[in-house]
Amino acid sequence: MSVIPRIAAQVFKESVRDKVLYNLVLFAVLLIAASYLIGQLTAGQDVKIIKDLGLAATQIFGLFIAVFIGIGLVSKEVERRSIYSLLSKPVRRHELILGKYAGLVLTLAVNVGVMAVALYAVLGYMSWVETEEFRRSWEAPATDPAMLAAIVLIFVQLMLVTAIALFFSTFSSPMLSAVLTFGLYVVGHFNADLRNFESVVESPAAVSLARVLYYALPNLAPFDVKAQVVHAQPVSLGYVALTSAYAAAYIGALLLAAVFIFSKRDFK
Amino acid sequence: MARYAIRLEELTKDYPIGFWRSRPVRALDHVSLDVEPGEVLGYLGPNGAGKTTTLKLLMQLVYPTSGRAEILGRPAGDVEAKRRLGYLPELPYFYDNLTAEELLVYFGGLFGLAPAVARTRASILLDRVGLGAERRRRLRHYSKGMLQRVGIAQALVNDPEVVFLDEPMSGLDPVGRRDTRELIRSLRDEGRTVFFSSHILSDAEALCTRVAIMVQGRLVSTGRLADLAFEVQGWELVVSGGDGGALASLGLDAVTTAVDGRYVVELPVDRPPDQVLPELSRLHVQVVSLTPRHESLEDYFMRLVARRQAPAA
Ligand SMILES: Nc1ncnc2c1ncn2[C@@H]1O[C@H](COP(=O)(O)OP(=O)(O)OP(=O)(O)O)[C@@H](O)[C@H]1O
Ligand SMILES: [Mg+2]
Repeated sequence: MSVIPRIAAQVFKESVRDKVLYNLVLFAVLLIAASYLIGQLTAGQDVKIIKDLGLAATQIFGLFIAVFIGIGLVSKEVERRSIYSLLSKPVRRHELILGKYAGLVLTLAVNVGVMAVALYAVLGYMSWVETEEFRRSWEAPATDPAMLAAIVLIFVQLMLVTAIALFFSTFSSPMLSAVLTFGLYVVGHFNADLRNFESVVESPAAVSLARVLYYALPNLAPFDVKAQVVHAQPVSLGYVALTSAYAAAYIGALLLAAVFIFSKRDFK
Repeated sequence: MARYAIRLEELTKDYPIGFWRSRPVRALDHVSLDVEPGEVLGYLGPNGAGKTTTLKLLMQLVYPTSGRAEILGRPAGDVEAKRRLGYLPELPYFYDNLTAEELLVYFGGLFGLAPAVARTRASILLDRVGLGAERRRRLRHYSKGMLQRVGIAQALVNDPEVVFLDEPMSGLDPVGRRDTRELIRSLRDEGRTVFFSSHILSDAEALCTRVAIMVQGRLVSTGRLADLAFEVQGWELVVSGGDGGALASLGLDAVTTAVDGRYVVELPVDRPPDQVLPELSRLHVQVVSLTPRHESLEDYFMRLVARRQAPAA
């Protein structure tokens, strides 16, 4: 076994022990369960509300895990100087970055999986207790497999956010990395607005700057298909594949940049 | 097989300071040094001499400004060389949430050891550095000296041919220092090359085949310690069997009582041991140990500087 899977396995083992992570996942699961109660209060809408809240919880808690573990992965090693002994082992610097990234992606996969199972369980319970007649009033079945498309895209988006956090943490402090990553996350959701910039301003310089930013900054809005899924509008496999391919390209570029910066660094 | 275990060629490192990087600090200044396989080299120098910087360059934790460092005939940072070396960083620190055992198993895995093999190796090494049942506790609860021991154990997890130890004695109590000295000696007996840094001469005395003395980033001398003419400033004599009175009758001051009826006597330069020892045996006082007290590296260096400047004055 090469060193990348070993480093990844270690990241996974350590994060599984992390109390913060436990609490986040537990809280998310509780929230998903609680959405059932909220659904009860708003008759008729309930199944949509549970789906909407459940998917939103998965996304937000996944985001916290991705950012807070992601920024610490590399910077903690440097700050606490454990990197000195780690890099004296037969580990190349790029292997360290890739191993850390893979480990966190694995952690996220398990966590998103747990939250997805919790969501389906709540919806399944609901479907089981309600009457046949009431069930027929829903736009989509409670345990609609189409929700998986939304969950997969949430996961892919989290992979991208993790790469952003890791990238920043190779050269800046954990605090700054967190701020920059959250900042980019927010900007990423409004990125599409930059494309229509020329309809708002006249200056060609501003327009071309907006163009550059539009292509350079991550575009995160397409990963959010909660609304379609909840309202039983189809999300095609092709759409999921294309959006994932965009994420893969962006992640590749970020990891390359992270490796490049990290490989040049002096650890003093 | 490479001729040298370790080779430094005109190794130079500048650290930029300040935001504008106007005047870098030269931490290492054209240092050239060869270490043969099987040698135990004491890399000595006062604080700030550039010892840690040299080791970091050898591990490629920092990149040289100029010059090169080689280990086993390969450039620093080469993975094949790293498979065959061990490194104890200065004031080592690892992962809070791992136990000593888990750390060693993890690091063993990075060398391709199967978990079962790594676990066996871990338990042998932790015995060897004298870490008891606490090996199953998380490292966050470890004292400085315990971390130092874990640090030494992790440096040996791959059965390395070349071992780099940055201040292996720091943070250790007297027992720990003695154990570490024994350990380095056994590494030497096993035919490994050992490169260790220290600012304490006596650490090197008992162990080194050769020392290299660094001052302010420059290599000022290398050779066998005995040839380097450190001034003896007295001796520390530990005796048992007599009493304070018997010792006082010899006109020896600076006597302190140690445990178990032992006395520690500071012999000044004008009372060398060959004068005192016969009188002690007459008084039925047994000698437990006798250690020369050398001038410190700092004093040695001050003397070198003074000598160099004297002719000009
Ligand atoms: N990160 C850094 N930035 C700037 N200067 C540094 C840095 N690290 C070391 N130096 C400088 O480099 C020189 C050598 O430092 P180094 O740590 O190698 O000394 P040392 O011999 O290991 O000392 P000690 O016995 O205190 O451990 C010192 O002058 C120090 O101030
Ligand atoms: Mg040092």
